Amino acid sequence: MLEILTYPDERLKQLSAEVTLFDAELQQFLADLEETMRAGPGGVGIAAPQVGRFQRIALVDVSSKPKIEQHGFLALINPEIVEYNGFVKGREGCMSVPDFTGNVMRAETITLEYRDAQGEKQTIKTGGFEARAIQHEMDHLDGLLFLDRLVSRRNDLFRRKVYQSKE
Amino acid sequence: MSHWYILSLVGKDRPGIVAHVTQALYDGGCNLGEASMIRMGGSFTIMLMVGHDGTVKSLQNLLSTVADSMGLQIHIDKMAGDLHHHVEPDVQITVYGADRPGIVAHVTGALAEAGLNIVNLESDVGGTAAKPIYIMHIDGVAGEGIAALESALQIVIKEGIEAKLTPIEAMVG
Ligand SMILES: [Zn+2]
Repeated sequence: MLEILTYPDERLKQLSAEVTLFDAELQQFLADLEETMRAGPGGVGIAAPQVGRFQRIALVDVSSKPKIEQHGFLALINPEIVEYNGFVKGREGCMSVPDFTGNVMRAETITLEYRDAQGEKQTIKTGGFEARAIQHEMDHLDGLLFLDRLVSRRNDLFRRKVYQSKE
Repeated sequence: MSHWYILSLVGKDRPGIVAHVTQALYDGGCNLGEASMIRMGGSFTIMLMVGHDGTVKSLQNLLSTVADSMGLQIHIDKMAGDLHHHVEPDVQITVYGADRPGIVAHVTGALAEAGLNIVNLESDVGGTAAKPIYIMHIDGVAGEGIAALESALQIVIKEGIEAKLTPIEAMVG
């Protein structure tokens, strides 16, 4: 079990570096990180900087949520979102920000490129809850928390979908 | 020893109310907790948790100068602090329609019957004076499940009120 940094720890605000070595030490770290993620209450994702390792590594596993689009356990190394579509508001919390949740806008669907644990290049398209989890974890790699993206509860009516792609 | 108080405040809206009130509390050595501060109609309103190591009377005294100078009515009650124990809402309900007497009582009554515990409710009156519309957002906990609330809302919808329920599933990561 790794120790989770909690805000206002300044280290959570720093930029993480690309992974270049896909060695046995990385595999051990991924295993420790996964154990830490699964120990958190309801934790469906975790990013390396949350445990004080400032490399572009995130884990996501939303398979505990029934009936949603998902890819099971994902080890995302050097992830990059190459396409965003739509915007949707949803509620987020963070193991690094205890006892607070808030509403955040995220892209509704994304296309993601990343390296897997062995360093192989992968591409997936996903949406909804899984896409939200991925975007939240990737923010950690850039030193951003969901607190940086909070939106007001008050001034929105029924959920509206606005489609727009980023080029 | 510090106690938690809930401070309720209302006055004609003008710039600086929050700044002056919180400065007076800071100068008096108080801590602030959670708060809701909002303009309602032409008034500005504050509900604010204040940690203070005196009595209701001494807290009133701290605020008397700012209350007099800004025309604010203040009411103070003792409360249990109980910070750091947020209740997580699992459902959001949005309601709107032509404003008419009893709409809030009717909708919230049906939802309460179906197990809803309201965590947060915000509502507005929009439209014109001749044709007002009522808009309400509720975040709450579905004590008897989402399906029970859906059924309750269906009845309300049949009566001509626009209402929508969305489960909230917080993504924690
Ligand atoms: Zn997080």
